[in-house]
Amino acid sequence: MKTSYLGKLINGIGLFLIVCIFVFPFVWMISTSFKTLGETLTFPPKWIPEQFIWENFAKAWNSGPFFKYFLNSLIVSVGILILQFLTIIPAAYAFARYKFAGSSLFFALTMITLMIPGQLIFLPVYLQMSSWGLLDTLWALILPFASSAFGIFMLRQSFMQIPEELLEAARFDEAPEWKIILKIMIPIAKPVLITFALFSFISHWNDYFWPLVMTTSDSARTLPLGISKLREVDGGIAWNVLMAGNMILVIPILIVFFFAQRQIIRAFVYTGVK
Amino acid sequence: MAWHKLRPYAMIAPAIVIFCLFFIYPIGYMIYLSFHEWNFVSPDKQFVGMQNFASLFGEREFIEVMQNTFIYTALTVSLTIVISLLLALWLNNNGSVYSLVQGAVFSPHIISLVSVSMLWMWLMDTDYGLLNWFLNLFGLANVSWLTDPSTSLFSLVIVAVWKGIGFNTLIFIAGLQSIPRDMYEAAQLDESSKARTFWKLTLPMLSPTLFFLTIIGMINSFQVFETISIMTQGGPINSTNTFVYYIYEYGFRYFKIGYSSAAGVLLLFIVGLLTILYFKLLAKRVHYR
Repeated sequence: MKTSYLGKLINGIGLFLIVCIFVFPFVWMISTSFKTLGETLTFPPKWIPEQFIWENFAKAWNSGPFFKYFLNSLIVSVGILILQFLTIIPAAYAFARYKFAGSSLFFALTMITLMIPGQLIFLPVYLQMSSWGLLDTLWALILPFASSAFGIFMLRQSFMQIPEELLEAARFDEAPEWKIILKIMIPIAKPVLITFALFSFISHWNDYFWPLVMTTSDSARTLPLGISKLREVDGGIAWNVLMAGNMILVIPILIVFFFAQRQIIRAFVYTGVK
Repeated sequence: MAWHKLRPYAMIAPAIVIFCLFFIYPIGYMIYLSFHEWNFVSPDKQFVGMQNFASLFGEREFIEVMQNTFIYTALTVSLTIVISLLLALWLNNNGSVYSLVQGAVFSPHIISLVSVSMLWMWLMDTDYGLLNWFLNLFGLANVSWLTDPSTSLFSLVIVAVWKGIGFNTLIFIAGLQSIPRDMYEAAQLDESSKARTFWKLTLPMLSPTLFFLTIIGMINSFQVFETISIMTQGGPINSTNTFVYYIYEYGFRYFKIGYSSAAGVLLLFIVGLLTILYFKLLAKRVHYR
């Protein structure tokens, strides 16, 4: 392989351009969120606002019950995560470690759900929720995701890799099964659990479709929905306030991404490599 | 029965109950509804047989929706796959600069589609958007990205490709890194050219990944909703109306539950076919690995 300086330079410029294509829109979002309305409408555009207008964030935050949205988002994302842990850990353990009649049938059923996205069946689920009187409550946002086929699949893989002798030893000491799960399985599978948690939390924190379908009032709306409603403030679109509102949604995720980039990428890429 | 025999069932029960209640049963219910006419309010559902399906295909608007969805899917998936593969070949390097670039390319994937949609609405604004300013720099005229029916669907494709490239690229890189080193060494010994190595070695070894990304990409694109709901609402003049948005509109705005269920069943059928196709192809390919 020849490495010429020119080749290195071209490669470097290329890499820089790629980074720009993906990062620059976010920079533009930040820049816009600090501008005055007048500044957003200048052409050619101003890269750095003359004054940093922090007011835009207050405007966005006060244009609706944003604290409520924020709280709802947090309750839904964390609630889903807790319920998922409670349902997937025992299920994955049973699928990985027990032989029982019908286990492959139940596992097939689990895998089928992995293939059915919510976007396909929202209408019947909506009708179901309506007949149970759960529409426009946080339950309608949490319950359908209280378990995860993906989580069971992932965790089962890692439970199956744990050597049988380890369990035999524990059973010899007459440790109950729940203790084996808590003291042996979970600590060993911890990286997988963290990976899954990141994946689940980010997906539901970002979700717009399901809350849009299941809620009709502010009492159960989440942050992405609240942000999407910002368009209707003041008649015309105020891009500075709109981008400020979106920063509230994006910045926490980007900060987490900055510190846990490896784990997050692994969490999302795992779906593809299995 | 002894507890140890019941125990596995008790452990999978919560998950299975959730799956049955919110995935399996709704599918049955949707199929049932697709054979009925119902406006959500009236107490009785009237059985109409295949009529909902017949009127779906008789509706010009729905034919347009199908066309839009297919065009959107074909463009999004093919562009994403080709660009991601090229990027993966370029960025497949464990150096720290490269992992930084990989992170940057991946970042849109974890951002909410709400923010991505609004950001691109702003970038694609006809009068003050950055994209048109950029075109002007090169002496090109303004494009009405989202408000012109001839460009609106393609504008949504751009957004989807931008958001999807990172995920696809990283999966391709994972695929590339799982190809055994010694195969490349053998190719080098044979003095195989770079292009030849790519076509004869890299691409065949990558084919399971390629299948996976193509099918997953198609399944996802068929269900596009968020960008449409936020950026175009299906317009202008129906040019960006697609499957899920159509189902949503007919179910929630016009309360034609049976009719929109029929569209849902059709979509489910297409996605099911794709999934089966994927597993068939995968089963055929397994012996290569």
